[in-house]
Order: sequence, then structure tokens, then C-alpha cells
Amino acid sequence: MIFVNGEPVDTAESPTIRDVLVERGIDPDTAGIAVAVDAEVARRGVWQTRTLDEGARVEIVRAVQGG
Amino acid sequence: MTTQPHAGGRTRSAPLQIAGRTLRSRLLLGTGGFTRMETLGAAIDASETELVTVAMRRIDASAEGSLLDVIRDRGVDVLPNTAGCFTARDAVLTAQLAREALGTDWVKLEVIGDERTLLPDAPELLVAAEQLVDQGFVVLPYTSDDPVLARRLEDVGCAAVMPLGSPIGSGQGIANPANLTLIVEAAGVPVILDAGVGTASDAALAMELGCDGVLCASAISRATDPVAMAHAIRHGVLAGVLARDAGRIPRRTHARASSPREGMPEFAE
Repeated sequence: MIFVNGEPVDTAESPTIRDVLVERGIDPDTAGIAVAVDAEVARRGVWQTRTLDEGARVEIVRAVQGG
Repeated sequence: MTTQPHAGGRTRSAPLQIAGRTLRSRLLLGTGGFTRMETLGAAIDASETELVTVAMRRIDASAEGSLLDVIRDRGVDVLPNTAGCFTARDAVLTAQLAREALGTDWVKLEVIGDERTLLPDAPELLVAAEQLVDQGFVVLPYTSDDPVLARRLEDVGCAAVMPLGSPIGSGQGIANPANLTLIVEAAGVPVILDAGVGTASDAALAMELGCDGVLCASAISRATDPVAMAHAIRHGVLAGVLARDAGRIPRRTHARASSPREGMPEFAE
């Protein structure tokens, strides 16, 4: 199990960041999104190869309205 | 604010420059609080801003956002903020995510101390500012109206300082104009009033006090007519700059007649 935006998610073993995005219905080519894994930025270039360990905490963010 | 000679011996404020970039507009617009994207777009136009702030939040698959499209369609740039962060660590990570997501090194750095006042947490702010500058960010910190903190932020390499007029979204205007004046006098980087503006006259006052720009969000987005208020505040900023450059009269304790005493007619009893 990993955590995506705070929610526990059951995944296949060692999914890549890209797998997680696709599973959530997010096109990995979407502009304007960014990912952190365990409080570190995972750059777009590693999404396809970087695998996630059990218990990994993934945050997927984008720009929203704000002052 | 620096001034340059103007025809007729007067002075004219130099255009706003942040980190080597010249901004034609001295008004920065926050996108928070607009209830419709159409209104936001029209307010961007009415404000004539070149830079609008956005926040970074968890993606919500249900809300397919047109925010960036609206902003880019208007030909303006995004300035991501770190709103909602209570620690330097979270603010730095949020800025890094924003850089990754939006492809900009610029960040409006916010590190707040508590939910009720949303006032900056000075020690955390300074730590975050220093780290982000070291990482190559153009850091525009939302700060309190403390002249010493503003100087410390400039010393660690911030590209501007953004003191509050009063708490975020309060519409109380400039609570401590004396402090703001001290910040302006000492600053070697642009001073942008951030937070507290309630209406156009607050923006005008900020400019009259010597600020280089004003950032408004709620004052515009939560006005009864946000687009009209964007227009009004743009003119407030312009009026303030023009008035400052024009050189106001000194304040006097007593009246000083503008009509001559000489030549007064004497009327029969």
C-alpha cells in the first residue's frame, strides 16, 4: 500500500510514479502538475522509471486559485 | 522607490523592476476568491496586471482546471505562492513543486504563524527565504511590517519585500504607515504592499508612501463587482504614483488661504 494525496491506495508491486498517475486518471503529460514522494520533488523525467516503495507518500499537486 | 528626472524638473518614478525584469504594471493580482473563471479573466484585463498569483494544492480529478488556461490566454505570468505553509520546510518544498509544475523560479513566499491572523512566522520565513535564494529562486516574501525583518530578508537575497498593510483578507488598509515608510526608506529592493488592501484609496496610499507596487486579491475578487474594483484599484495605484511624483503639500496645523486678502471689497453696513 502507498498513500496518494493522503489516501491509502492498493497498488501492484513497486509501481512507478507514472503508473500511479495513470491509475488515478491523470494524464502524465498534463502540464502544470508536480509530484513529491516522501517530501522530495520527483521530477517529471523520473516518473516513468522511479518505483515506489511500500508505504511511500505521494503528493500530486497543481496550481489552484490563491492569493 | 527610485526616481528619475522628468521634463520640467519634476521627478518620475522609474518603472517597477524585479530581479531585472521590468513590469509595466505595478499591480499584482491574486487569483484567490473569484467565484467564476470568466470574472477572473475580466478582472485580469481590467487590472492590467502582468503577474497573477496561484496556490499549489493536491490535484482533484473531478475539478479539471482551466485556471492556467485563463491566465495564459490573458498573456500574463503566474507567480506561485506557498500559502498555507507553517514551516520553512513545507514552504521550500511547495516552492520546488511550483517550479517543477509551472516552470518558474519566481515564488511569493508565505510562511504563516497561525490560522486566525495569517501573520508571517518571521524565523521560519527567514530560513525559507535563505534556502530558496540559495536554490536559485526569485523570492518575493510576504512579510510583516517590521522594518528589521524586511532588511534581513533583503540581506539574504530576496528580490523584493512584500510587507502586509494589515492581515490577509481583512480589508483594513495600511495599519502602520509609519513602519511602511521606514521599510520603503531603507529598502534596496522593490517594496510591494501585500495584504490588507480594501479599496482603491488603500492602494493609492501605499504608492504615496513610496511602495513600488501593490498586490491585491480579496479586495478585488470579493468586491461586489470584482471587475469594476480591479479597474478602480488599477487607477488607485496610478493615482498614488502620480501624486507622489507630483509632490504633495506639507501638512499644516492651521489653514492657509488660497484666495488673496488684498482687494477685498468693503460692504456698507
